[in-house]
Amino acid sequence: MQRYSIWSLARNALTGHKNWQAAWRHPEPKPHYDVIIVGGGGHGLATAYYLAKEHGITNVAVLEKGYLGGGNTGRNTTIVRSNYMLDDNAHFYEHGLKLWHQLSIDLNYNVMFSPRGVLNLVHSDAARDAAKRRGNAMRLNGIDSEYWDLETIAKKIPDLNVSKNARYPVKGGLMQKRGGTARHDAVAWGYARGADARGVDIIQQCEVTGMMMEGNRIVGVETSRGPIKAGKVGIAVAGHTTQLLNMAGLTAPIESHLLQAMVSEPIKPTLDYVVTSGAAHLYVSQSDKGGLVFGGDIEFYNSFSQRGNTRTLEHVTAAMISLFPRYAKLRLLRHWGGIMDMSMDGSPIISKTPRDNLFLNGGWCYGGFKATPASGWCFAHTIATGEPHPLNAGFTLERFERGYAIDENGAGPVPKAH
Amino acid sequence: MMLIPCPWCGERSENEFTYIGDARRQRPDTSALDVSDETLKAHSDYVYLRDNPKGWHQEYWQHTSGCRAHFKVERNVVDHRIRASVKADEELPSFPEGR
Ligand SMILES: Cc1cc2nc3c(=O)[nH]c(=O)nc-3n(C[C@H](O)[C@H](O)[C@H](O)COP(=O)(O)OP(=O)(O)OC[C@H]3O[C@@H](n4cnc5c(N)ncnc54)[C@H](O)[C@@H]3O)c2cc1C
Ligand SMILES: [Zn+2]
Repeated sequence: MQRYSIWSLARNALTGHKNWQAAWRHPEPKPHYDVIIVGGGGHGLATAYYLAKEHGITNVAVLEKGYLGGGNTGRNTTIVRSNYMLDDNAHFYEHGLKLWHQLSIDLNYNVMFSPRGVLNLVHSDAARDAAKRRGNAMRLNGIDSEYWDLETIAKKIPDLNVSKNARYPVKGGLMQKRGGTARHDAVAWGYARGADARGVDIIQQCEVTGMMMEGNRIVGVETSRGPIKAGKVGIAVAGHTTQLLNMAGLTAPIESHLLQAMVSEPIKPTLDYVVTSGAAHLYVSQSDKGGLVFGGDIEFYNSFSQRGNTRTLEHVTAAMISLFPRYAKLRLLRHWGGIMDMSMDGSPIISKTPRDNLFLNGGWCYGGFKATPASGWCFAHTIATGEPHPLNAGFTLERFERGYAIDENGAGPVPKAH
Repeated sequence: MMLIPCPWCGERSENEFTYIGDARRQRPDTSALDVSDETLKAHSDYVYLRDNPKGWHQEYWQHTSGCRAHFKVERNVVDHRIRASVKADEELPSFPEGR
């Protein structure tokens, strides 16, 4: 692998940038791999990277039906945080946040991680109590969190409507300063490059269409480029989780729903933090290019359509304008959608499955981008050793029927939770 | 924006409706005093598992901002075409594969 540095930049500038190596190869699929990962999003690529780096397993292929990061990895609003209350989520996401802070150095690839702080606004006394309780739970778990009162918020975020007469009057907010945003594509590309350098075959335009089974054991996959045998198979396909499990005769506690997001025309730096509001169904940050990137809720009906609907678009923009009246004059540049794997308790699954040698990574709901490093790290451990790491031991597939749901919202079995 | 055909009110904007969910799941009878393990398993499957097909999907909607009735729709979750809509206690018509 050609390392990126100030020197390689200077050298290549002097030679007209003609000698950069491709960041990864485009190999033909081999007939057999020790491990096949289905899905070339951030999670699949991170899993391959950590399989090679942490466990020395390099005879690995990542099979992607489209192009790398073309799924939710390249469609998300890139908010990274670890502000969870329940232990399983708190420790897992905090491990992830620590990996984020080192990721560009570890990968020798600039993922543009920007820990600018994530602020969850509260708009009622009850929400303030809940936020403080969550903040306390976080601090007990050794995770940074502070409560910001209205004066602080008004000073730090002048664009925000803090009037008493606002549609969503702001009472305060829970701030996690170590959270922020990152460049989504770069995360996929950085992991791909690191995995490729360690011998992993990244095979794009290769759709998995079936599972090869011997009895209860998975022994390979059928693909649009022919059958490929495998010692173990790991699924990391986000919104298509249930489709892949169906190929192995399994059903999942997951529904696929559409989430859309949008970006405004670029403006000068104006919003220093990531700001979210559960009550208004809004989250927004300003990208490095200056556009305001924002989104809201899922469409709330099953969907594989991968494009947005105007109802939600209107709802999200209305929320944006009521919280930030100043942005009303901005024009929207683009909006887009991704297919989310909504689990029945709002928490993910990184687990063995009832089929031998088949492993599952899915159920990421609204928040799997921030999980990418921790998810790949834990999934690699689970596949390599055959058992979950303590950090993902709670994220099993059986937890639902056994009554161990990890229900951060306390909302019961609905595929709608954050 | 979808136009959803309410069996009582006709085609109305999706804004008037609330999605309820998969209409094919059947709640198992758990009223027996001594519920068997199979029934418990069937009940947890009913609560948590979804077929989640990528294609035609039978689902309940409620006409919340209209007549407030619940009803059944068969919708294609890939392109949002709706090919049938019936009252909640009626059966959706069967279609030949792939239509
Ligand atoms: C609009 C939007 C906003 C979001 N905002 C945030 C946010 O702010 N913060 C956050 O943490 N998370 C956010 N998320 C969620 C986050 O994007 C996802 O949870 C995360 O990116 C999932 O990564 P992944 O690698 O599992 O999935 P993906 O990136 O979707 O990768 C899965 C890949 O599998 C491939 N695939 C599917 N089926 C097959 C097959 N049969 N054979 C081969 N390949 C297949 C797909 O083509 C795809 O590339 C958002 C999502 C969306 C849609
Ligand atoms: Zn009606």
